Amino acid sequence: MKPVLMCCSVSVDFDGFYALQGADLKVYPHEVRFLIGPNGAGKTTLLDVICGKTRASSGKVLFYSHDITDMPEHKIVQLGISRKFQSPSIFHQLTVWENMELALKQDRGLFAVLRAKMSEADRDMIITLLQRIELLDYADQKAGSLSHGQKQWLEIGMQLIQFPQLLLLDEPIAGMSAAERERTGELIHEIARDCAVVIVEHDMDFVRRFSKQVTVMHEGKVLCEGTMEDIQQNEKVVEIYLGREEKAC
Amino acid sequence: MIKKNWMYWMFFLALFLAPFYLTEFRLSLLGKFLCFAMIAIGISLIWGYTGILSLGHGVYFGLGAYCMAMYLKLEASGGRLPDFMEWSGVNNLPWFWKLFEHPIISISSAIIVPVLLAMFLSYFTFRNRIKGVYFSLLSQAIVVVFVTLFIGKQEWTGGTNGLTNFSTVFGFSLSSPLTQIVLYLLTVVLLLSMFLFSRWLTRSRFGRVLVAIRDSENRVRFLGFNPTTYKVFVYSLSAAFAGIAGAMFVLQVGLISPAMMGIIPSIEMVLWVAVGGRSSLIGAIIGAIVTNGAKSFFSENYPDIWLLFLGGLFIAVVLFLPNGLAGVYQSVKQRKKQGEVRANEASSHVLQRVSRF
Ligand SMILES: Nc1ncnc2c1ncn2[C@@H]1O[C@H](COP(=O)(O)OP(=O)(O)O)[C@@H](O)[C@H]1O
Ligand SMILES: [Mg+2]
Repeated sequence: MKPVLMCCSVSVDFDGFYALQGADLKVYPHEVRFLIGPNGAGKTTLLDVICGKTRASSGKVLFYSHDITDMPEHKIVQLGISRKFQSPSIFHQLTVWENMELALKQDRGLFAVLRAKMSEADRDMIITLLQRIELLDYADQKAGSLSHGQKQWLEIGMQLIQFPQLLLLDEPIAGMSAAERERTGELIHEIARDCAVVIVEHDMDFVRRFSKQVTVMHEGKVLCEGTMEDIQQNEKVVEIYLGREEKAC
Repeated sequence: MIKKNWMYWMFFLALFLAPFYLTEFRLSLLGKFLCFAMIAIGISLIWGYTGILSLGHGVYFGLGAYCMAMYLKLEASGGRLPDFMEWSGVNNLPWFWKLFEHPIISISSAIIVPVLLAMFLSYFTFRNRIKGVYFSLLSQAIVVVFVTLFIGKQEWTGGTNGLTNFSTVFGFSLSSPLTQIVLYLLTVVLLLSMFLFSRWLTRSRFGRVLVAIRDSENRVRFLGFNPTTYKVFVYSLSAAFAGIAGAMFVLQVGLISPAMMGIIPSIEMVLWVAVGGRSSLIGAIIGAIVTNGAKSFFSENYPDIWLLFLGGLFIAVVLFLPNGLAGVYQSVKQRKKQGEVRANEASSHVLQRVSRF
């Protein structure tokens, strides 16, 4: 099977500090890939490189057969890669409904948007998705007034309505209650029926519960890959990461 | 819609009827203020909606005014060299002045020249992601460049005195009351069109993209929009409004000089919008009229201390009315509505739910 995403020895140089030092990653269709690793391992930076927020100083990023290493952010999104940031970044001054409206998969050119009308199908789609993320009752509220967990869901909803082929999630369950976490985990697996997901997560219980393939990062490199069981057996991982965490617990 | 917005329509109706109830002098003042209101609409679009603070709109206003003034000057000179050129020892009309013998060229340049400058400036800054204070400073630098240029090139621009002493437009005397009334009405029509067009813009999906850019430009990028295109468009649109305002200003006031497009006027333009309420189009219009009205009133009646009054007004607005006059109106309305809602809360909740589906 052809990978959706291929990162080939990607390095990122922040004025002499290498946040990524030749990271490799392959993600296949319908996969839910968890990225774990201690703080500062470079997980967020890797997602930033994939979505174009940060530029790789060397290496390549391929999305199917497109080389997206130097592509502008909005073009990468238009190809079908969508990104959820670590801190919820929705538009606080717009209503929940308007946030979803902007996220709709559409022609984002100026003149197309000037003429854009909300079609019946779009309206139904937004209603369905708002129901799924349990925000339909808040449709007319300013997004800034939502709770932290609701903001996270709204942002996930805004990714879903784009029907991306690759979804990048950075710590999506931060600040959520146990029930919300459970629901988010299920949501992520529902999503994976239609697209590949790369998800950065710190919460090990959540990873255990919802992961199949896990990639461990350390000091800007990929340390190893496998199921959670494989990884827990890996001595290096235990040493740098799990071991340390278990000690802390 | 008509019922809900009857206040807007009353306002514009009052403007249309002004020639019946204002003296010639007051009408010409109002005409001038309405030109300023056009600039205010544009600034509300870029600042209030999109979050771009331009402190350089005097230039776009000035360029529009000069383009129109060049035509008027040539018409007043009746085929001879304009007076200031003779004084500066110029013998032949420069080639670019010749173009402005044609009214079509002159009127269209009053829009095109400011728009081209705005596109050039905004494309290169926004594409390079220069934002916020840096952009504001850059827009000020443009003002300095143009004012210096216009003062320095006296033989082409009339220098510090600017362009004045016009007599006719298309053969109609500019000093006749009838011409002035026609020009005034044209100003109201233009203002109304700009208002309606901007209102349509801000209420469409396009308007939501603008607000989203103000909220978080990066996030807009990651929804697949290119904010640069949107910012350049709306910035250039505001320059077009300012250019048209300049042309109408010259026709009614009969004078344009570098001092009117300088740094102080450019900052004043932003203040009108702050007074009226930057994210309200009607607020911006009213802000321009009220601020300039107060300015004339104070300068007529208290010539010694009017600047203090004006300064006080601005400080009061900035400190106590962050959303300007429009914000005051909104909160009064809200309070009234809240009272009503509490009265029949239960029924309205049910209705809201039903109407959504
Ligand atoms: N813009 C930046 N400039 C300099 N250093 C950065 C920048 N962004 C991240 N870093 C550094 O790069 C390293 C990796 O960061 P990050 O990718 O956020 O780690 P993670 O998400 O795995 O916790 C950290 O040491 C961080 O301090
Ligand atoms: Mg991180």
